[in-house]
Amino acid sequence: MTTFLQLILSGIMVGAIYSLVAIGVVLIFKSTGIFNIAQGAILMLGAYILFAFLVQLAWPLWIALIITFLLAIAAGYLIERFALRPLIGQSFLAAFMVTLAMIGLLEGLVTLVWGTFGRRYPEFIPTDPIRLGPLVLSQEYTWSFFIAAGLIVAFYFFFKYHRLGLAMRAVAEDHQAAQSTGISIKTAFSLSWVIGAVIATAGGILLATSAGVTISLGTVGLKALPVVLLGGLESIPGAIVGGLIIGIVEKVAGGYLDPMVGGGVEEVVPFVLMVIILLVKPYGLFGQVRIERI
Amino acid sequence: MQQPETTRKSTLAVDNIFLSFGGIQALKGVSLEVGEKEIVAIIGPNGAGKTSLLNSINGFYRPQKGRIFFNGLEVTNLSSHRRAQLGLARTFQNIELYTGMTTLDNLMAARHIHMKYNFLWGALYFGKAHDEEIRHRRVVEDIIDFLEMEAIRKKVVGALPYGKRKLVELGRALALEPKLLLLDEPMAGMNTEEKEDMARFILDIYEEKGIPVVLIEHDMGVVMDIADKVVVLDFGEKIADGSSKEVKSNPRVIKAYLGEEEPAQTGTKV
Repeated sequence: MTTFLQLILSGIMVGAIYSLVAIGVVLIFKSTGIFNIAQGAILMLGAYILFAFLVQLAWPLWIALIITFLLAIAAGYLIERFALRPLIGQSFLAAFMVTLAMIGLLEGLVTLVWGTFGRRYPEFIPTDPIRLGPLVLSQEYTWSFFIAAGLIVAFYFFFKYHRLGLAMRAVAEDHQAAQSTGISIKTAFSLSWVIGAVIATAGGILLATSAGVTISLGTVGLKALPVVLLGGLESIPGAIVGGLIIGIVEKVAGGYLDPMVGGGVEEVVPFVLMVIILLVKPYGLFGQVRIERI
Repeated sequence: MQQPETTRKSTLAVDNIFLSFGGIQALKGVSLEVGEKEIVAIIGPNGAGKTSLLNSINGFYRPQKGRIFFNGLEVTNLSSHRRAQLGLARTFQNIELYTGMTTLDNLMAARHIHMKYNFLWGALYFGKAHDEEIRHRRVVEDIIDFLEMEAIRKKVVGALPYGKRKLVELGRALALEPKLLLLDEPMAGMNTEEKEDMARFILDIYEEKGIPVVLIEHDMGVVMDIADKVVVLDFGEKIADGSSKEVKSNPRVIKAYLGEEEPAQTGTKV
């Protein structure tokens, strides 16, 4: 029983980060109609940029963080402005291929600059675990969880109450209506990419504190894929729930099955789940069901 | 071409616009003027270019030639959201609403352009932001009263019946506090009672709020009743422009609506 609770708890902790990353994907898909498969690559880049400032240049943590996030904002803006805006009005596939190409580009860039060795951040989160009765939690996970949850809550308030959040919700629902009430679609598009990149960077840094700064962070970021498919492509609450479910399933399955098959279950299970979801509920738990009239 | 002198007085002046999609000429040299106090109806057979004209006025389409002035300001090259910010509001033939949001939220979303402070800060402390939110809420609640939508203010609009959704769309356009209202078939698909309500609302908007209106409408009875001026389009050309009486007796209009046969009438002006 303790093992089970322990696994669920770690699942929730890591799931919160998946939720965060998936929100970025959903946000971009909702407002621009582009499925950004490169979210994981942007996440990895973010983690490496912090590494460069924090370790290679040895700058203080808070300055390194500020600069990393400023660069993330710039990256999000530039990607939208130069890679995707020219494709407005083109087919879904064209924009999707650009994001696919971006994965190769960003991975190549990272390999070129930092090589393929895994790196680590210096420990800026205390390592001694927190004990909750019989349950043990690493501080890294706990911090990550609360930071991810805090960011999710912050975005919730942004969308509900901020002028630009309101504009973005309007654009996500109906482009024509939004334009006719004085909302600039282009601004909303840039903003969703900027937020998407910032979210990815935050997720990357949180994941890297425990998993290390490696190229394979991009693969971890790819777990946003089963998360958004489970939750539904258009649903931000779906991304949150989906992230937690994927996190829990992965940890529980890993915990019980790993000893039997010799490891690696955690990597596979989310994608197995994704295939099952696509078969059973192609629009996800909270997605918009498209009715096709014939 | 110099600016027509009439743009000084009129709310909207469309000057000789040409719009084509590939080989199809949607608008061929259409001009139109809307005064400060006017309800103008655009009529014409299907495919005459009515919606294209409206889309050109609000900036969804960019005519290849011609100019458009709004309150004396040239808006020909402005994007549609800029035009909306200047006070050009519109509704759509096929309702375009934020279907997942409530009536209230749909209207509040249109207040976006008038917001200076953020509600975010309003939620955290009382101050200017809080006052501003109250002000926006008041404007929106007034519109809800005005259009008699109290019963549906908290309902998600996707679930509302057609006639109500049309009304919410009109409410959203009003929430912009527009200086000109463009309505694309506001009464299409409504029953007689709903049509009467809508006609009354349009007249009220015009009389109480003093907002000039341009509307596309197929119901000739409604058009004759409420429009000060009627513009008739056919195959992308303006074939008549005048009071409803003048237009009704115009032989080109009769021909466009009823077919080839030349009525044996004389003395009508084109």
